[in-house]
Amino acid sequence: MAPFDPVSAAIGGALIGLAATLLMLLTGRIAGISGILGDLVDLAGGDRTWRLAFVAGLIAAPLLLAAAGLGLRAPAMPGWTVILIAGLLVGFGTRLGSGCTSGHGICGIARLSPRSMVATLTFMAVAIIVVAITHHAI
Amino acid sequence: MRTLSALVCGLIFGLGLVISGMTDTTKVLGFLDVLGIAKGTWDPTLVIVMAAALAVSLPGMLLAKARSRPLFADATAWPTRKDIDPALLAGAALFGVGWGLVGLCPGPAIANLGTLSPAVLMFAAAMIAGMIAHDLWRRSAARREAALADG
Repeated sequence: MAPFDPVSAAIGGALIGLAATLLMLLTGRIAGISGILGDLVDLAGGDRTWRLAFVAGLIAAPLLLAAAGLGLRAPAMPGWTVILIAGLLVGFGTRLGSGCTSGHGICGIARLSPRSMVATLTFMAVAIIVVAITHHAI
Repeated sequence: MRTLSALVCGLIFGLGLVISGMTDTTKVLGFLDVLGIAKGTWDPTLVIVMAAALAVSLPGMLLAKARSRPLFADATAWPTRKDIDPALLAGAALFGVGWGLVGLCPGPAIANLGTLSPAVLMFAAAMIAGMIAHDLWRRSAARREAALADG
C-alpha cells in the first residue's frame, strides 16, 4: 500500500469537488458516476453525448498522467469469483439506490440532501462490516 | 459546449481520483478497515478526500442553486426526491457489500480501465451488467404493474 499522503489526498479531493461543481454550473448535471454510466448503457436512455464525453474524460485522465510520467498502476484485485459478484452488486446496488460515492457521497451531501446522507452512511457502514468480516473473521 | 464541459469535468474528476489515491483499492479498503485504527494500520485518505471535495462542492452547489440556470443548458437537473424509501436503503446496502469486497466504486472502476488490467475490465463488465439488469428488472416490474392496473 502507498503511504498515507494527506497533501495529495486534499488536492485530489478538491479536484473531485471542483469537477462536481463545474458540471453543475455549466451543464446543470449531477456528477454521479453510476448515474452517468448507467444512463449511458441503458438501452432506453437518451442524451448520451455529454455522458459519453464525461466517461471519456474519466478514462483519459489517468492516461494523461501516465504520459506525464506518473505511473499507471493496476490496482490490487481479489479472485475472479469475488470480482464478478462484487461488480454485479456495485452495478445493481448503485442503480437501485440512485447513486454511489460520487452522486450521493459528494454531490448529494454537498446539496445537503437527506436521502444522500442516509445512503452514504448506509453503504459506508455496510462496506466497513464487510471488510471487518473478510479481513478479520475469515 | 455542453459536450466539451462534460469532457473537461470528467478529466478533472479522473485526475482527482488518481492524485488522491482513490483508484488504489488498498487505500480504500485500508480506510474501510476501521479495526486498523487500534492497530495503527488504518488509512485516513478517504476522509481527507471527501472533506476536501465537500469543501469545494458545498459552496459550489450553493452557488449553482442560487443561479437561475446553468451556463450551457436550459435547466438544472436538480434531484427533487426527499423520501427515504426501501430501494434507497437496499441499493446502498448492496453497493456497500460490493464496495467492501473489492474496494472499487463506479468512478475508480472506470478511471482504472486504462490500466487494461483484466481484473478491472471484468469488474467493470460485471458492474455494467448489474446496472443493465437493474434497469431491465425495473422496467418489467413497471410493465407488470401497468398490466395489473389495466386488468
